[in-house]
Amino acid sequence: MILATSAGLPGTIEAPSTTLEVSHLDVSYRVRGNERPALRDVSFRIGRQESFGLVGESGCGKSTTALAITRYLPRNGSLSGGSITVNGQDIAALDKRSLRQFRARVVSMVYQEPGRALNPSIRVGRQVAEVYEIAGMKKSEALARAEEMLRVVQIADRGRVLGSYPHQLSGGMLQRVMVAMALATEPSLLILDEPTTALDATVEAEVLDLVSSLRQQFQTSVLFISHNLAVIAKMCDRVGVMYAGELVEQGPAREIFENPRHPYTVGLVRCVPRGGQSKDHGRLDAIPGFLPEPGEVQVGCVFAKRCALADQRCTEETPPTYEVSATRTSRCHYHEQAPELPRATPEDVMPRRADGGEEPVIRLRGVSKTFHVRGEQVRAVVGVDLDLKVGETLGIVGESGCGKTTLARVLLGLSVPDEGSVIELDGSPLAPECTSRSRKQLQAMQIIFQNPDSALNRRHNVRHIVTRALKKLAGLSGESCENRLLEVIRSVRMEERHLALRPYQLSGGLKQRVAIARAFAGAPRVLVCDEPTSALDVSVQAAILNLLADLQSRERVSYVFISHDLGVVRYLSDSIAVLYLGRVMEHGPAGTVFAGPHHPYTESLFSAVPSLDGTRRERIRLKGEIPSSAHSPAGCVFHTRCPRRLENGLCDSSEPPFVEVEPHHMMRCHIPLEELRRLQATQSAPVPEPSP
Amino acid sequence: MSQYVLKRVGLALLTLVLLSLIIFFAGQVLPGNAGRAILGPFASQQSVVALDHKLGVDRPLVVQYWSWVSGFVRGNLGTSYQFQSPVSSFLFPALGRSLKLAAFAFVIVVPTSILGGVVAALNRGRVVDRVISTTSLSLSTVPEFVSGVALIVVFAIGLKVLPVTANAPPGSPLLTQVRYLILPAVPLVFILFGYIARMARAGTIEALDSDYVRTAMLKGLPRWLVIRRHVLRNSLLPTITVIATQTGYLIGGLVVVEALFTYPGIGSLILTAAKDKDFPMLEAGVLFIGIVYLTATLIADILYTVLNPRIRLGKAE
Repeated sequence: MILATSAGLPGTIEAPSTTLEVSHLDVSYRVRGNERPALRDVSFRIGRQESFGLVGESGCGKSTTALAITRYLPRNGSLSGGSITVNGQDIAALDKRSLRQFRARVVSMVYQEPGRALNPSIRVGRQVAEVYEIAGMKKSEALARAEEMLRVVQIADRGRVLGSYPHQLSGGMLQRVMVAMALATEPSLLILDEPTTALDATVEAEVLDLVSSLRQQFQTSVLFISHNLAVIAKMCDRVGVMYAGELVEQGPAREIFENPRHPYTVGLVRCVPRGGQSKDHGRLDAIPGFLPEPGEVQVGCVFAKRCALADQRCTEETPPTYEVSATRTSRCHYHEQAPELPRATPEDVMPRRADGGEEPVIRLRGVSKTFHVRGEQVRAVVGVDLDLKVGETLGIVGESGCGKTTLARVLLGLSVPDEGSVIELDGSPLAPECTSRSRKQLQAMQIIFQNPDSALNRRHNVRHIVTRALKKLAGLSGESCENRLLEVIRSVRMEERHLALRPYQLSGGLKQRVAIARAFAGAPRVLVCDEPTSALDVSVQAAILNLLADLQSRERVSYVFISHDLGVVRYLSDSIAVLYLGRVMEHGPAGTVFAGPHHPYTESLFSAVPSLDGTRRERIRLKGEIPSSAHSPAGCVFHTRCPRRLENGLCDSSEPPFVEVEPHHMMRCHIPLEELRRLQATQSAPVPEPSP
Repeated sequence: MSQYVLKRVGLALLTLVLLSLIIFFAGQVLPGNAGRAILGPFASQQSVVALDHKLGVDRPLVVQYWSWVSGFVRGNLGTSYQFQSPVSSFLFPALGRSLKLAAFAFVIVVPTSILGGVVAALNRGRVVDRVISTTSLSLSTVPEFVSGVALIVVFAIGLKVLPVTANAPPGSPLLTQVRYLILPAVPLVFILFGYIARMARAGTIEALDSDYVRTAMLKGLPRWLVIRRHVLRNSLLPTITVIATQTGYLIGGLVVVEALFTYPGIGSLILTAAKDKDFPMLEAGVLFIGIVYLTATLIADILYTVLNPRIRLGKAE
């Protein structure tokens, strides 16, 4: 394997072992007659069979790089400088015919949403076979090869998959098909652009494992693009960190994440909650400020504005690519000091008020929700018993379709639960429908959605949105309303000047702040947060998580926090409930649930999530796909996929009771706790202990 | 799927019943009564009353509606006041002629406008696109009677290459009939071209920008094959719905063109019936246009379902 000793330096001699060489690449987009640079002076190379990762937040130019390599830039984009060579061939010099050949044989790409990457009106088999037909095979032969390729990507039910239309298959299955299609012609370079971002944790882990093993088998070089540092750390030998169209740092993956030498990378690594970090231990270190506007004229370092180390030299003199070591480069004048970057946000935590009587604010008993779809019963939520204490966070985790969101909707009265479900607020029962709840009860519960774009009325400005909530929920008017408006806006760290703006004029993070301000307007007792940060970049996510934690300790509000990101859930939660097919499989204090012993499902869920520390622990593999809630398996609902299923058939026949296995730790499993502890001790601990 | 079709047919029938109610009662609200309309302003009140009784228009409205609708279902469309003979003997030949004109316009407009829209989309932002988009939009804003008159002046009177009227002499060969239909069809084509082309353009652009087209291009497929196999089928689906609703419009919009070209179609028939308060003729005519419209939409909906696997096969488990 060739190390990038000379990566990006002018006059690099083409080594025969280089698959991709990007040198001094400039790409710009023409917007209303102006050229807006999207990539500036990007240089890196990928050796034969090497896996190189590009990481950075949205808008940093990762995808543009990928599109430039396949020469599929949007119509207004153009390569304005530098060069890209693949296998020694300059791709700018390709004519139409050889470009087609190049795409067919040399480079392949897999991207984010597999459901959109396949043609909705052509059967999957035909679409895979097409790749072989281009190579000149007959239809029948091509179809046979397509089936063979599906076997390679470990699809068991090949006949069904080949004959299906994309909408009939799950996301994970489709992404396997995409990988099959991409590798069908044994390309030299495989580009993966956020290939697992739209997938569930366990499915993501499967697809990543598949890619890793096929990469060896096909001897393909890989360009892996992701915003997820841990995924990159798991998948890549070397990594490049991008910021605002520039490659600010590159080097071996492990070194970059353990000892970053550019302030942006330092900030990026610090702002992700991990290693069992919790709100009680300290606030996250968010990166201050915002990304530069596209097309903003850049003098000096692109990161200077947000960098605590920046001085006059940084704003005047563009940093060159410094060689930090033989294998690493950094575009920072002060790369030596980068690891000592001062914290941007204070770490101190407001002391929590001493808790008095621990009466739960919300009590759920036997809450179920059954949907009737085409004569079938879909049991989305089954017999959920949960308590939410004052000023605490209940984290709800589970894969898509597990009933997280349905449970939240039932709680809010947006969905009517089945007969016999009990929802209590402060000890008094709540009406199943929100329309028959009292104003005070409505005011007590609010929600923040995943996507602030669709949650805020785009025709109203911030003042209108928050004032309306103040009037309707808090019943304020006139001066008191105005005063409270300013108070609420400041409490979410926004300024008065933001009041006149409409949602489309705000960044994603600011929009989510408005949504939080709106939710807090009526001084709620309980706030349901449904994936509130999963549409945001990690640096913005850190700021929002800090904000939620601060507001909680000040206002004593309780959260029901739904997320698929275990690090985020761990950071904010006091107790955690793990859902599978609508049932709570495990529930307990956050520390206990994360420390284990775990329910076998929790165990596999935790082990599926890659960690940034690069501790590659053995992953617990789950068999098959999540069963449909319409046909939940008999016995323990998890037995069809459970790696620890008992041989005596108990799991297949009877559903385990939900019992307290140790103080405050509830579990639904036939295997005794001590047995689970013994089984799981033989593997390395899935999640490291909380750091002090 | 079959359940869906049944549901759609049922809905269409229900719409038809509602339409018949509206038509019938709207006819009753109009000023003037049948006897007076037939006998003229100078007939005695007595004879008007006698005729009203004979026609049955003095019966309660519900009874009248029932006898009208039940007659309609049995194929008895009533008797025209104006001609004193069965409505059907006028309506069906007229409907046939109108459908001929509409079908002719349809055959011209559908392929040309789809082609225009797709070509515009493929050349998005270039001159070709601007020319097609602007021209089609401008043409669709010109009312039929303006473009019709202009066409008559230029081609029939000025150049004398096409006939002024639309109806070929009885027994003419097909080609002659087509020659007669060109001038009246073109104004209709003008109007419809804009709508359909815009829809086809938008659909094609959406498909071209999609991820699956990127997948296809990155497979190394030649562009024409990507367009044929991956773009068109997805892009033209929404266009089908537009075409169907526009077909309905086509039948209704014939009134002006038929009057202008003195073409004895259903439009002219309804126009005269309305002027002469010939209610049986008017009601039957409007109801038939409604039937044609609903059939067109129904066919489009079913076609859309058949071509779209997401609807045809339903969601995965």
